[in-house]
Amino acid sequence: MIHFVILISRQGKVRLTKWYSPYSQKERTKVIRELSGMILTRGPKLCNFVEWKGYKVVYRRYASLYFCMCIDADDNELEILEIIHHFVEILDRYFGSVCELDLIFNFHKAYYILDEILIAGELQESSKKTVARLIAAQDSLVETAKEQASSISNMIAQATK
Amino acid sequence: MNPFSSGTRLRDMIRAIRACKTAAEERAVVRKECAAIRAAISENDQDYRHRNLAKLMFIHMLGYPTHFGQMECLKLIASAGFPEKRIGYLGLMLLLDERQEVLMLVTNSLKQDLNHSNQYIVGLALCALGNICSAEMARDLAPEVERLLQTRDPNIRKKAALCSIRIIRKVPDLAENFMGPAASLLKEKHHGVLIAGVQLCTDLCKASTDALEYLRKNCTEGLVRILRDVSNSPYAPEYDIAGITDPFLHIRALRLMRMLGQGDADSSEYMNDILAQVATKTESNKNAGNAILYECVETIMGIEATSGLRVLAINILGRFLSNRDNNIRYVALNMLMKAVTVDFQAVQRHRTTILECVKDSDASIRKRALELVFLLVNDNNVKSLTKELIDYLEVSDQDFKGDLTAKICSIVEKFSQEKLWYIDQMFKVLSLAGNYVKDDVWHALIVMISNAPDLQGYSVRSLYKAFQTSNEQESLVRVTVWCIGEYGEMLVNNVGVLEMEEPMTVTESDAVDVVEVALKRHSSDIKTRAMSLVALLKISSRFPPTSERIREIVMQHKENVELELQQRSIEFNSIIQRHQNIKSSLVERMPVLDESTYIGKRVGSSQATLPADKSSRPTSGSPGASLKLPNGVAKPPPAPLVDLLDLSSDDVPAPTSSATDFLHDLLGGDLMSPSSSGTDILMDLLSIGSPSAPTDVSIRNTISSNQGNAGEPKTAPASVMDLLDGLPSNSSLPGDKNPIYPSITAFESSTLKVTFSFTKQPGKPQNTMIQATFTNLSSNTYTDFIFQAAVPKFIQLRLDPASSSTLPASGNGTITQMLSVTNSQHGQKALAMRLRIVYKVNDQDKMEQGQINNFPPGL
Repeated sequence: MIHFVILISRQGKVRLTKWYSPYSQKERTKVIRELSGMILTRGPKLCNFVEWKGYKVVYRRYASLYFCMCIDADDNELEILEIIHHFVEILDRYFGSVCELDLIFNFHKAYYILDEILIAGELQESSKKTVARLIAAQDSLVETAKEQASSISNMIAQATK
Repeated sequence: MNPFSSGTRLRDMIRAIRACKTAAEERAVVRKECAAIRAAISENDQDYRHRNLAKLMFIHMLGYPTHFGQMECLKLIASAGFPEKRIGYLGLMLLLDERQEVLMLVTNSLKQDLNHSNQYIVGLALCALGNICSAEMARDLAPEVERLLQTRDPNIRKKAALCSIRIIRKVPDLAENFMGPAASLLKEKHHGVLIAGVQLCTDLCKASTDALEYLRKNCTEGLVRILRDVSNSPYAPEYDIAGITDPFLHIRALRLMRMLGQGDADSSEYMNDILAQVATKTESNKNAGNAILYECVETIMGIEATSGLRVLAINILGRFLSNRDNNIRYVALNMLMKAVTVDFQAVQRHRTTILECVKDSDASIRKRALELVFLLVNDNNVKSLTKELIDYLEVSDQDFKGDLTAKICSIVEKFSQEKLWYIDQMFKVLSLAGNYVKDDVWHALIVMISNAPDLQGYSVRSLYKAFQTSNEQESLVRVTVWCIGEYGEMLVNNVGVLEMEEPMTVTESDAVDVVEVALKRHSSDIKTRAMSLVALLKISSRFPPTSERIREIVMQHKENVELELQQRSIEFNSIIQRHQNIKSSLVERMPVLDESTYIGKRVGSSQATLPADKSSRPTSGSPGASLKLPNGVAKPPPAPLVDLLDLSSDDVPAPTSSATDFLHDLLGGDLMSPSSSGTDILMDLLSIGSPSAPTDVSIRNTISSNQGNAGEPKTAPASVMDLLDGLPSNSSLPGDKNPIYPSITAFESSTLKVTFSFTKQPGKPQNTMIQATFTNLSSNTYTDFIFQAAVPKFIQLRLDPASSSTLPASGNGTITQMLSVTNSQHGQKALAMRLRIVYKVNDQDKMEQGQINNFPPGL
């Protein structure tokens, strides 16, 4: 099972965290600090797995962002690398050549996408097309709702003038 | 425009925060925004709740506290629109965790949303439930989720399946409810549902054995079919990764197979074909293929596979091991550790590659490789492996040295067949990495050396040489100093030279030089210095000409800040100056330290270095039954004292020395032989050099305490006598008091009879005075007669000196001895005692022992 997902920038800033195991707020900050220290200092040629407190942390660097996922000791690390790549590709398709800035300003959308890929620390959907379709459908729901709301408030504003 | 709205949009707030140059600026911006949000919350602002929560989430990610926003999540979740619910659930998952009570309030909303007509809202609820529900929520909502496992929409089905996984993890009792639906999920066509379903089955197997049985019976065929279909399927662009269709499904299915096939031959047989197909067909040039192969090999190792399949698996591992990609090599090392139990020989073939990995630049790989090497060591390859590892120890990183040293030491200990090799390796390790060697390791080395008299000369000479080059390694210094102290004369007189040694001349003053350097180094710590001082004392006795110089050296510490050193310095100085007559007996050669007990104690107390296949403390007379330690050691006779004293637990029993309780403590060990004759009391008490009775000393303390305590009886013999006289001796016999209890025959054999008679003082029910009478029933005179006794922990025993140590034959005379017993659990537990008697007959040693069970009640 994946215990948590963390996205950190090269400078150590947290861009996204998702916790599938119970960690209190204090524990979360501690974990993030520890892992940032361990992972950001690793050289480029080393393997993508770090052993930490009996768990394994699989990480991969994409441009300026490190995608880290913490798994149990008996999970398949290579598969997690594939899951990370799966996530990144979907983000890429959604945002169109995603960069870190996209993830900063649209963090809530990144979370929505992650929620379509992982639940309870397990993989949910292996087809990128399906994920994209679901996200698009939900986005359009939001759009229509917004339009309705703005049109109603327009009507009210008109009426109360 | 609502005047209370936080006017900035999310985007603007983010931009403002990013534009801050200092942390203080950022805090100011965040504070302003939080204030606006709080105001909006208290006004119950509907319009911008959505945006406010988004801002709050961003602020939370920066690390600021945001508890005031938790109720907002709940309100948003409770609203009717989809966008509000979406952001509300996201906020819930981000700002709360399952341990907070606020979460319970969501249960009702969740329930409603799980029954919503809008499929996406159901999806949101399932997602939230699956990510952070607590055990109570899981129990409450499990029926809803079960129902949803059978809806029409595959999106909902897959989410429900994953949600069920969390429910099962939180409440394993509910596993049975999900068995049936899970099995039917395996018949799906939709990949997402299939993956979720397979995963659900895997977790069910982990949670309950009933589920495992059920799934094994009903689903093995279906599972194999799934894997076959996906493996044989043609190109499907939607699921294709690196030329393989849906590797995730491959991997999940393989893992479930592993769970179902483990320990069950039938299902394993059913899986053989497909496993062989996947193992051979999958291409391994991309990560996806390698991930599948990895899982496949794990599965083959886990189930009851045919040998052909296993060979296939090991071959794949071999290929992985020589791959240039670090990830693959790491994974291969991991798998090899599991393969070792399955097929040891095959893994041995890759030993050289694994050794190379120990020297890799990547720390994770080095660690894995070292553990694997440790598993691979056997009697044949131990010498070459150790040599390689020690060579590497020289060049390895600091942080790796600790691990490496510990592993080398345990390998050497476990597999050493000859002492010479063991000693050599340990010396090398000490020279290279002595600072990382743990204390009990070099203690064991010293025990070993003391048990190998023919190698002592060699040891001390090698250490002397090593000291010249590597005297910054603390443990090396300590061992060297101890050996020079003990075996100094072997060093100087070249005693016991082995053939391969080069000739070397060391003068007495050279030996003293070494110890002096050890003493004076800045980096020596107190323990080393203390050991050095004792070693100097020993040397001054062994090499009298150096006495004066040594005295000067020792005197330099007479005002040392450390109390221990100061005390030793003054006492030793006093011994050297004024008490030459006892000096030599004080520092006689230490007795052979009992190896088997030491090992037993080590295994008992710390399993750090010795692997688990050592037997625990040998209580019977089978010395080192399964110990792989160097045999051919002059093992002390199976310490009968151990049995004798093993009355209660295996802790050190109550001291039984006669009238020497004081000195027993002083000597810090368990000197068991009480003084029999009163004359040479001092000699006996301090004769830690007496080889006759195997003294069952506690080794760990021996080295420091004996060295320390050798100096402690600082007074002349006269005052020791005073101590003895000053003890409340119970020489006043029971003749004054009325015998309340009948005498008993404590022990009787064909050659000896022991009777006990009892008295008690009226005011002290716990104390009993016993007079022991020994009668010789044989026709030979017994000489050097010594009586020893042991009692359980709740009893204290004191033996007074016996009347004589010669027992005339045929009952022509008796020896009497007074014992004083204090029963701290008087009234609850009866007295019990074991006795042991040694004596000489016609210059032959004899021993008799027994247990006394017939004490009169009420003692």
